[in-house]
Amino acid sequence: MALYSDVVRERFRRPRFRGRLEAPDAAFEDVNPLCGDRIRIECRLADGRLADARFTGDSCAIAAASADVLLEMAMGRPVDEVQSLDVPAILERLDADIRASRLKCVALPLAVLQGALEGKEVAR
Amino acid sequence: MNLADLTRPDFPILRRVVNAHPLVFLDSAASSQKPTAVLEAMTRYYEQNHANVHRSIHTLGEEATELYEAARDAARAFIGAASREEVIFTRGTTEGVNLVAQAVGRTLSPGDEIIVTELEHHSNLIPWQMVCRDRGARLHAVPVSDGAHLDVAAYDRLLSARTRVVAFAHVSNVLGTINPVADMTRKAHDAGALVLVDGAQAVPHLPVDVSALGVDFYVFSGHKMLGPTGIGVLYGRRSVLERLEPAWGGGEMIKEVWIDHAQWNDLPWRFEPGTPPIAPAVGLHAAVEYLEKIGMARVAAHEQAITALCLDALAQITGVSVYGPRNPEIKGAVVAFNVDGLHPHDGAALLDQRGIGLRAGHHCAQPLMRRLGIVGALRASFSVYTSADDIERLAAAVSAIKSDL
Repeated sequence: MALYSDVVRERFRRPRFRGRLEAPDAAFEDVNPLCGDRIRIECRLADGRLADARFTGDSCAIAAASADVLLEMAMGRPVDEVQSLDVPAILERLDADIRASRLKCVALPLAVLQGALEGKEVAR
Repeated sequence: MNLADLTRPDFPILRRVVNAHPLVFLDSAASSQKPTAVLEAMTRYYEQNHANVHRSIHTLGEEATELYEAARDAARAFIGAASREEVIFTRGTTEGVNLVAQAVGRTLSPGDEIIVTELEHHSNLIPWQMVCRDRGARLHAVPVSDGAHLDVAAYDRLLSARTRVVAFAHVSNVLGTINPVADMTRKAHDAGALVLVDGAQAVPHLPVDVSALGVDFYVFSGHKMLGPTGIGVLYGRRSVLERLEPAWGGGEMIKEVWIDHAQWNDLPWRFEPGTPPIAPAVGLHAAVEYLEKIGMARVAAHEQAITALCLDALAQITGVSVYGPRNPEIKGAVVAFNVDGLHPHDGAALLDQRGIGLRAGHHCAQPLMRRLGIVGALRASFSVYTSADDIERLAAAVSAIKSDL
């Protein structure tokens, strides 16, 4: 298994959920302390579910691919189910050999999405 | 004989194979590799001489003390300090800056000012931020004007009678810029300020004479100059050290102790509380001897030639941007660069798959990254063992990874 698996390269080149939402119901962004990369996720909620979501940010391919598969997994699901998603679930989707030094890149989008749903404020 | 050909057999780690490729190690600015002479000196010390220093009245204690103090004498001569009282052992550059920041910080009052620069490593920025917060002092930074050099005119404007400390790097760990230390120090002294210079990226690569530079404090680490981790040097001008209260208390730094007060020990031990890093000091001594045997002028010439090769090789690859001075004669042994469309961490991971180890990210210099308008960069950095072949392998790999993602 490679670090830059087919899934990682495909999602990095052609992301499905990169972008912004107009008037999102929730939004959060945070920084990867390893590299200073910033990921922002904006969400629209309807009937207790994640109705739509998009991510932006200058990030490495691993973080971008992680954000993209995460939003695909979370879309349409009840908020409490999204809150229980974890890093191993994302790793399985990425199908990549990701070593400990890059796990923060995988975990950042999940923390940002869950932070948005918890109503966290962006620190400056 | 080429210096790399001469030195490479002394570094066992360079024979490693990484990800099925012979290792190309281009991360010496983060931490250099160690020659056998350093490893053997430390092993010999632990096998033959180890005991605690200064207080043990037995043979091993005396031998350990002699070895530890001999390392101090070697470090003194290596950097041109006037006396051994001016050479304080620390755990590294970061501890040296913090020690000075705390000791000098105690003498600051609200309204006093400290000047740093925009190209500092965080270790020469955060300790001063903390001092300013604690003492109500103000922090100013000399900007980087052209993506490579400090804005000297801005420095002149920032200096005033309120300036108490000026702290800056001798050589930038990202750009490689060699700052005009003697000139900046003279101006700071004219304003009545103390000067601390972070020499972490200078001492391993250039001849350094702290007395000639005229600085008050000069700090560096052993592990970037072929020595072990856990040892560094704080040079302090004797007349300045004598006026300072110790930063930290403990054993070793006292002469006589009562329950409510104590009398401080003499220099340099006044600033070395607790059991010092004895074996690392022995290792540093061996590293200093290794570098002195080559000669620092020859080290600098070799690394300048490697830097020139690297700048030329990267300039020929389309889509590669290089940061810092382009003239290797005014540049330390680092080349920071980016590849269009590749995040630096992805670049580093792809190069690692080809056996090439180099640093990527913000290099503990986030304000500088902001000034350059980048999230981070790749950084190739060199030492006595870096070869022309290493640079060829790097250039070929950089060309190849552009189409990997």
